Amino acid sequence: MNPVVIAIKILRALITVVLLVTFVFVILRLSGDPAVQMLGLEVSQEALDEFRHRWGLDRPIWEQFLSFFWNILHGDFGQSFIGGRDALAVVLERLPKTLQLMGLTTIFTFGLGIPAGIYASLHRNTFADRTIMGLTVASFSLPNFVVGIILIMVLGVTFRLLPTSGSETALHYIMPVITMATADAAIFARFSRSAMLEVLHAPFMRTARAKGLMWGAAVRRHALPNASIPIVTVGGIYVGRQIAAATITENVFAWPGIGKLLVNSVQLRDLAVVQCIVILVGVTMVITNLLVDLAYGWLDPRTRTGDSK
Amino acid sequence: MNEHRNTADRKTWRDYLTVMPPSILISAIWIVFIVAVAVLADVIAPYDYKHMDLLDRLRPPIWMENGVWSHLFGTDDLGRDVLSRIIFSIRISLFVALLGTFIGAVLGTTLGFAAAHFRGRVDDLIMILIDFQAALPFLILALAVLAFFENSFLLFVLVMGIYGWERYARIVRGLALSASSTGYAVAVRVLGASPARVYLRHILPNVASAIIVNMTLNFPETILVETSLSFLGLGIQPPLTSLGNMVGFGRDYLLTAWWIVVLPSIVIFITSLAFSLLGDWLRDVLDPTLRGN
Amino acid sequence: MSDTQQSMNPLLSVSNLRLTFNTGYGGWLGNRRHVHAVDGVSFDVQRGGVLGIVGESSCGKSSVAKSILNIHPPTSGQIIFDGEDLVRLNTRAWRDMRREIQYVFQDPLGALDPRMTVLAQVIEPLIIHSIGSSDEQTKQAHELLEAVGLLAESHSKYPHELSGGQRQRVVLARALILKPRLLICDEPVSALDVSIQAQVIQLLEELKTSFDLTIMFISHDLSLVRYFCDTIVVMYLGRIVESGSIEEVFTNPQHPYTQALISSIPVPEPGHKRDAIILQGEPPSPFNPPTGCHFHPRCGWQKTLCRSVYPDLDAVGQDGQLVACHVVHGRKLDP
Repeated sequence: MNPVVIAIKILRALITVVLLVTFVFVILRLSGDPAVQMLGLEVSQEALDEFRHRWGLDRPIWEQFLSFFWNILHGDFGQSFIGGRDALAVVLERLPKTLQLMGLTTIFTFGLGIPAGIYASLHRNTFADRTIMGLTVASFSLPNFVVGIILIMVLGVTFRLLPTSGSETALHYIMPVITMATADAAIFARFSRSAMLEVLHAPFMRTARAKGLMWGAAVRRHALPNASIPIVTVGGIYVGRQIAAATITENVFAWPGIGKLLVNSVQLRDLAVVQCIVILVGVTMVITNLLVDLAYGWLDPRTRTGDSK
Repeated sequence: MNEHRNTADRKTWRDYLTVMPPSILISAIWIVFIVAVAVLADVIAPYDYKHMDLLDRLRPPIWMENGVWSHLFGTDDLGRDVLSRIIFSIRISLFVALLGTFIGAVLGTTLGFAAAHFRGRVDDLIMILIDFQAALPFLILALAVLAFFENSFLLFVLVMGIYGWERYARIVRGLALSASSTGYAVAVRVLGASPARVYLRHILPNVASAIIVNMTLNFPETILVETSLSFLGLGIQPPLTSLGNMVGFGRDYLLTAWWIVVLPSIVIFITSLAFSLLGDWLRDVLDPTLRGN
Repeated sequence: MSDTQQSMNPLLSVSNLRLTFNTGYGGWLGNRRHVHAVDGVSFDVQRGGVLGIVGESSCGKSSVAKSILNIHPPTSGQIIFDGEDLVRLNTRAWRDMRREIQYVFQDPLGALDPRMTVLAQVIEPLIIHSIGSSDEQTKQAHELLEAVGLLAESHSKYPHELSGGQRQRVVLARALILKPRLLICDEPVSALDVSIQAQVIQLLEELKTSFDLTIMFISHDLSLVRYFCDTIVVMYLGRIVESGSIEEVFTNPQHPYTQALISSIPVPEPGHKRDAIILQGEPPSPFNPPTGCHFHPRCGWQKTLCRSVYPDLDAVGQDGQLVACHVVHGRKLDP
């Protein structure tokens, strides 16, 4: 890809981030007096005035927006009203737990989903293929919280094999990871199956075999690299789904991560924490989508030639 | 070849019925059943869903020991009839999903048409909004809106209406652009038709099948989002009840009264499965570009 | 009407028409490029005449038609139709003007709404312009469909149930039901089988007489143009390189490009072989047209001047034949 295209993609990403911050600013302003919203009604008049001055609420709206933006650029998302701590610090201390959960889930998802999809594609229309595809459709329709609750009921309550809440030991990871991986393993299984089927029937595979390449070698050398392109493109969707899944799963298993923090903060209307999480999630997604976009351009030789069209 | 594909487009609903695989037929029957339950909730529910009987709490369903005929699916922690609550929850969950899907379809289609018609700046703006939507997982967006505003039934339905609008907008924009760059849309415009006539009388009927397919696929997802939010206690608020609500409030009784959680979970699962299967099948049947694979 | 009166009062007079596209439009913030699809084109279409516009694909001949029809509003220039400048019409006035100017598409299947019956599509123009009662509209549509050779049983069919030739007849009926004065046909038969082409051209000829039509006929098929048209415009990369009466241009082509096109027409008699002038290379990309005369990279006559200055379209002889070529006009070619 040529530098101009890359620069345009980065510019678009930046505009999306600006829009994201604008969105948070707008709903914050629409929802009432931000000082009262952020600090609650019980605080003193001085605290309200101090807050208004710090966020520039006594100035024109566009100046307020600029200072809001400026503060966020400097990592100042305001204070959580639980202990009056810096919102970003509150969020960041929960981050490792969520990342651990997502990391393990990703290994599990890929390790289960992609081989299952490839296996199904190589044994198309057999009993195994149909079973795998049937299971994937079923797991799409199972919301996270149902999977989690059923796991708790069976493994936690009935057989008492696993702890049902918290994150202290390695055993605590098992059920949340299974819960989060169910739907996404299904997505990757379906995706890798259809991507493989497409390339298995592509002309270059026929050519490769006609050249005398063994079936296995042809699959490894030609089919797998080509099938990886569509799999990479679901990466952006995957990260978004992981974030949503973590939000719910953490609440089912009382997992002390960002998702649990988000829901608690929404319930308590701890808006500084909510806006901090929303913006961090948004920025993460924008970066992911940008990387996927660039990776796609790099993987697909058709867009690698340097010509934009 | 061309002709063959197009004649297949002209099937009547009777033809569709005969080519339905059994799983789709079962899905369709379940959907009809569940819709009937939602519509007739007042008539078929044995109790009012808010009716409490504190003397008869946590009674198991009929097939278990201590089950009674008067509470087929047992009662919950406040002695409310689980069957009646499921029936009314189906009504609320389906209603919210239906309204949400409808709002999303209208919003997305309108914006898609606007992008295709005005192009330039308007198109840019709508594409920016689509990018933005892709940058924020819907659950997080919904949580943010619900955090900043007082949760109400109306707000919740509107938030559900935002879900998936960008997919309609993308599809409709693409189809409308291709129709108006060549083809019949230009032809009708050259005849002197107003843009309203071009979009509503010509392009809309031609993109309707794509919109309907997307709606059937969007519908179960909306159910899952609604039940998830309700499960977290941030969706439908008591005294109203939804399937997600029931699971959320019942989780404290997993040890003693699993049926409060499991029965609504099963309904969520089967309903969303039925809609997904039907949607996939419809897409394969109606979308000629996917046919023949 | 005498010849001189005719040429003084053409039905359509296009002057200095330019159409620039912004392309490479890949969504918001996509990179954009300009293409001069039509670059300063002028010609007249006489009342009752048939003007042919020829050239290779992407030479701008369809863009001329689409500019006249306001499908792609021109970037600059004048389009005078019966004394009125179409470029200045507002949206409302344009919708009324549609009754006068109609269009026949290259791809009849694409031009017909796949979800409407043939009859409904032919009635639609009458509904749009609120002409006649519902019964009259239906009656008129039936009559016209029969006039273009479609039997009653096919009137309730859908476009995909018809053959290519039948579809083009429907498109013709739909265009003619408004009784337009100018009919613009954009490659009307190129999507059809050769055997069907002749039938449709014959039908066009009949309709021209019975509807008293003036026709602009866009085609890449020179033998068709020679048969059907009375004047011709030859385009190359957005500009006119030669124009004149069919008679003049075909018997005495001046521009090297026109000569090459005409020499490549297959000759019916076997054994009688014409010396075809083979054009070298592909037409250059309209994104990046050559400097000077656009044709010079493929021209056997090219001189220094041709590489730097675009030749004006000037008259040759007495019969209104115009040619844009430095060599033909005998200019001082090398410094």
